[in-house]
Amino acid sequence: MSLDYRNDRAFHEQVIEEVLSAYPEKARKKRGKHLNVVGEGDSDCGVKSNIKSLPGVMTVRGCAYAGSKGVVWGPIKDMVHISHGPVGCGQYSWSQRRNYYVGETGVNAFGTMQFTSDFQERDIVFGGDKKLRELIDEIGTLFPLAKGITVQSECPVGLIGDDIEAVAKDKATDLGRPVVPVRCEGFRGVSQSLGHHIANDTIRDWVFDRADPEDKGFEPSPYDVVVIGDYNIGGDCWSSRKLLEEVGLRVIAQWTGDTTLAELERAPKAKLNLIHCYRSMNYISRHMEEKYGTPWFEFNFFGPSRIERSLRAIAEFFDDTIKENVEKVIARYRPLADAVIEKYRPRLEGKKVMLYVGGLRPRHMVSAYEDLGMEIVAAGYEFAHKDDYQRTLSHVKDGTLVFDDVTAYEMEKFIERIRPDLVGSGIKEKYPIQKMGVPFRQVHSWDYSGPYHAYDGFAVFARDMDMAINNPVWGKFEAPWAEA
Amino acid sequence: MPQSAEKIKDHVTLFREPEYTEMLREKRDAFECPHPDDTVREISDWTRTEDYREKNFARKSLVVNPAKACQPLGAVFCASGFEGTLSFVHGSQGCVAYYRSHLSRHFKEPASAVSSSMTEDAAVFGGLNNMIDGLANARALYQPKMIAVSTTCMAEVIGDDLHAFITTSKEKGSVPQDFDVPFAHTPAFHGSHVNGYDNMLLGILTHFWQDGERTPGTAINIIPGFDGYCVGNNRELKRVLDLMDVEYTILSDPSDVYDTPSDGDFRMYDGGTTIADTKAALDAKATLSMQEFCTKKVMAFAKEKEHETASFHYPMGVEATDEVLMAVSELAGKPIPDALVRERGRLVDALADSMSIVHGKSFAVFGDPDFVYGMCRFLMEMGAEPRHALATNGTKPWAKKMTALLDSSPYGRDCEVWPGCDLWHMRSLLNTTPADFLIGSSYGKYLERDTGVPLIRLAFPIFDRHHHHRFPTWGYQGGLHVLVRILDTILDRLDDDTSEAGVTDISFDLTR
Repeated sequence: MSLDYRNDRAFHEQVIEEVLSAYPEKARKKRGKHLNVVGEGDSDCGVKSNIKSLPGVMTVRGCAYAGSKGVVWGPIKDMVHISHGPVGCGQYSWSQRRNYYVGETGVNAFGTMQFTSDFQERDIVFGGDKKLRELIDEIGTLFPLAKGITVQSECPVGLIGDDIEAVAKDKATDLGRPVVPVRCEGFRGVSQSLGHHIANDTIRDWVFDRADPEDKGFEPSPYDVVVIGDYNIGGDCWSSRKLLEEVGLRVIAQWTGDTTLAELERAPKAKLNLIHCYRSMNYISRHMEEKYGTPWFEFNFFGPSRIERSLRAIAEFFDDTIKENVEKVIARYRPLADAVIEKYRPRLEGKKVMLYVGGLRPRHMVSAYEDLGMEIVAAGYEFAHKDDYQRTLSHVKDGTLVFDDVTAYEMEKFIERIRPDLVGSGIKEKYPIQKMGVPFRQVHSWDYSGPYHAYDGFAVFARDMDMAINNPVWGKFEAPWAEA
Repeated sequence: MPQSAEKIKDHVTLFREPEYTEMLREKRDAFECPHPDDTVREISDWTRTEDYREKNFARKSLVVNPAKACQPLGAVFCASGFEGTLSFVHGSQGCVAYYRSHLSRHFKEPASAVSSSMTEDAAVFGGLNNMIDGLANARALYQPKMIAVSTTCMAEVIGDDLHAFITTSKEKGSVPQDFDVPFAHTPAFHGSHVNGYDNMLLGILTHFWQDGERTPGTAINIIPGFDGYCVGNNRELKRVLDLMDVEYTILSDPSDVYDTPSDGDFRMYDGGTTIADTKAALDAKATLSMQEFCTKKVMAFAKEKEHETASFHYPMGVEATDEVLMAVSELAGKPIPDALVRERGRLVDALADSMSIVHGKSFAVFGDPDFVYGMCRFLMEMGAEPRHALATNGTKPWAKKMTALLDSSPYGRDCEVWPGCDLWHMRSLLNTTPADFLIGSSYGKYLERDTGVPLIRLAFPIFDRHHHHRFPTWGYQGGLHVLVRILDTILDRLDDDTSEAGVTDISFDLTR
């Protein structure tokens, strides 16, 4: 269903002017290019993106390491991922993305552990390669069931001229397991985004090109698909997988939530790659298209409208069996979707939502909110590129405020003026915004809830949005004796 | 269909439904190429053996599940305790996103800081321009009274000179000449967050004290150190010092900024030590540190400025609190008031009431060096027995002090001290030389799961329990709070162990 509404274009334009007026001249000019109000008939969102953040403005962005270790590589559960450098990066990212997996941690799975080379001064001065060799041997001894190792470079590694590729090659031979060197030093690029790209490239160069092409024991089927770019946050990938299996598809790999090295290696055998997070894994999908001829499709399992649309679009890649199954599955789930909407829509109708997330959700989540009668008043990305903003245009209505790499200052002012009924963003934004009296949900980690994907997840999503917006606490901010 | 609109199941129960358990079993068998179950069991059992422990302790290079963070986190925390102060961390921007997230996840509060957002070009040419633009932008947008600069390891490796950069920035008009921009180099590859705290506080005090003329006065400076319980503890400190009618300055007091009210306003800055008080603190008669291993450099600086100095170790429990109060009393020439004597008596009373519950129970403790010291000391006071004392950021001098402490009491006889070890070492320790209970941070929950030893969360960071840091752990009142946390865990466990009807419930006592 498509909700019909417009946002207040003139007001949003005025708010942008107000916000920009606080900046020094040089910064004002630069930031002005990242803020816009979209209009009907626009050819894109009209914002610059994937550009260096200005110093001192309090960007929300992270770094390439966060994009590689934190997003793409970290969830692969049967490999050990070394945070190579000082202790902090690995410590702050330890267990924070909620990439659910099944396995005995420390024995045959390693997701919620922090492995680091804990660089000391001497490693900076003399280089860290020797230490890296030694610690890979130690991993071999203490974690014999690890299927492989990745080396996630932190800033100093690239600055001191270490040759982690040489170490990786030697050690892969010694251990008889893949050792993947990843040059995701945090100073590379402008955000997490380059880290995604680098991680994708290392899968291509160090996994695909070295995997055994035979893969004995694997029997292909005409319905083999891979889910790409779903990190199984709060179990998202599982609820998606279940739905895909119900329509008769066979998910031979899911990248990279609850993933194994075997699933990484086998992906090129799929008939279709289904991309959830386009931003973080389009690179490898394009590579598979070029090299193995596997088509890819960006699907969206947020909210029943998009789930139905995506299922039907996916079915187009397959035969009538799948097409019929899709209709049956949609019919089977419709009562659940209707019951959820019936329960929550009256409580959420007309509520205005502002989204500021990474590279995907500000567009993918829109229709899930709209299914509940909610309206998107403003949206922005931390690390999107031009193609993401192009893909966004069809999701947002006339007059929507769009912001790229928003600063804490801008966000606070936007919220103060627009007063949305709900903001969806990250942990750093959560508490300032709640203190302003505006309901908030973390939409990176699902605020420790989830899953939100597919029909099973939509029910949880609706429950959580209602819980956030209609909580009694929002009525308690002002003391009863305060002057009206 | 496992889901329904009436009773919505989220991740906690949804994935236990047969549709999901079956799906995940099939995924594993068909696509994961798993190790055989027997192999997994065999290796799992082996990780709990003496043999594994020996190999685990033979590690020289690999660090697994450390209980420490890097210097700039401590610097950002320290700077947040000064009035209107914005942390500016020079280097890669991802680091700042991490510090802010880390602090917010612990305090459930905003944590503000900016980065100079250095990238490849700055790696080659240095980050001077980032500093010049960054200071100007930060000041224009966030209107701080002071900007405290620290560094990520990137800036340290390329050798950016903060003093020169800040001077140049001011010359270029980035911020006014008289605007306070204290700084500290905080290399992540040296020490841990406790050293970052020390360096930042030294940077701030050096900035305000270096050119000042000291007129010795009567006030006392108190440095709390890096403390996840700063909200409860600093307020408790102030309450006690007010009761004693002592003139004091808390040097770095983030108790308000990490505990702002929800009333419609977001306060990026709140409370904190004022700049005027920080300047005036040069005149103090004495400077006391609540955490020696967190304040080595800054205490040496205070001594250099001819302050009388004394350092403590995270004062929890009766004796540790007594010591602090007696030191303050002597320095300030004020008696310890009756109100505090009565509070002391109440804590002693509580310890006496509960001695049989705690007596002889063994504990493994991990956390920052001063916390571990203070915790073990209080445990021994209760008649409990520390079994393992582990600090990933503990040094040899710390280990020596710990050993002396443990030797001072028969309750410390069976305790071993583990400086520089991590929580994967602790896993081996708990598997081979078990303790009844574990005290530490939220990271300890994996140890609880793997070894069955119940965790009591009393150390930074606490991500998975809410609001404990709002209550003190220092002083007599804090001691009471810590005691109750420990008692509750022991008694909950005892009830769990005696709750099977008709089998173990003969000891399911109503009164304990």
